[in-house]
Amino acid sequence: MCTYNTENIAITGSGKGANGWFSLSDATVYFDHPVHAMAEHTLNIDFRNPGNGPSARVAVELTAESARALAAAIEAALASVPAALIS
Amino acid sequence: MSEDLTAQTIRIAGFDGDEIEAYLAVPDDGAVSRGSVVVIHHMPGYDTSSKEIVRKFAANGYAALMPNLYFREAPGASPDDAAATARANGGVPDGRLVGDVKGAAEYLRAMQASNGKVGVIGYCSGGRQSFLAACNLQLDAAVDCYGACIVNPPPEGMPLKVNPIVGLAPDLSCPLLGLFGADDKYPTPEETSKLSEVLDEYGKAHEFHTYEGAGHAFFSVDRTAYRPEAANDGWQKIWNFFGRYLAS
Repeated sequence: MCTYNTENIAITGSGKGANGWFSLSDATVYFDHPVHAMAEHTLNIDFRNPGNGPSARVAVELTAESARALAAAIEAALASVPAALIS
Repeated sequence: MSEDLTAQTIRIAGFDGDEIEAYLAVPDDGAVSRGSVVVIHHMPGYDTSSKEIVRKFAANGYAALMPNLYFREAPGASPDDAAATARANGGVPDGRLVGDVKGAAEYLRAMQASNGKVGVIGYCSGGRQSFLAACNLQLDAAVDCYGACIVNPPPEGMPLKVNPIVGLAPDLSCPLLGLFGADDKYPTPEETSKLSEVLDEYGKAHEFHTYEGAGHAFFSVDRTAYRPEAANDGWQKIWNFFGRYLAS
């Protein structure tokens, strides 16, 4: 099925795409059919900068288990650094 | 049948006269009269597998044309990047879709060997759009492959700007073939049964098939959702259906 559910958030940072590094402004998160991963559904994240065109995108397609592990790792990494470093 | 064909990327006039990209495949069979098919690509876009479908129609004797529905947002972008942009923007507006299919149908009807008959087929989001086009345009046959959001509204929170269009059923201009998976959640078998009931109410010719053991996107040969038994039978249904309504 196409789940259609999509989360859109504004982000600040950089990503490296096919044409090198670029600034990121948006992330789209959704659980749907992958383009490349061999699974019926994956947790897909598009890191984007629509102002630079459709190709300014870094895409990942993760199994649900991998996505949860990633989310936990992100939280753990942030929790392990002194609060003063996180502004 | 030789299955010889010529395929190429062209530009056509779409909604509001916009010039958009489209993929055309025409049989090299010397026929002087043939039917035509507008192919509406799935939500993942104007991609390689969708172009294979266009060529499959030409290999089976139909002129086939697929407009790139995401061309405006992402001219020249790779299909997956274009699809990501279209998704983030809320999908293709219904009015624009109808205009793009109309432009494609007019292009096909104007081809030298056209018999004047044009069908439409769409997959995934294109299934809904096939029904939408057939309710807004004078066509000769329509195929809906697992299109959601015809009867039920989209799930809450989804960014797609689409609404149920079952209310358009009285305007359906041609017979409708529906091919669905019993395991699909969008659309569910309940939703497609409801659509069938509504079409019955209005006396609209339709033929629906729901395949056990298949879910969404069972025609997609490059995805794990591919179900060869359902897809092979579905293709046979399509050839029979288009043969009945689009043949000279």
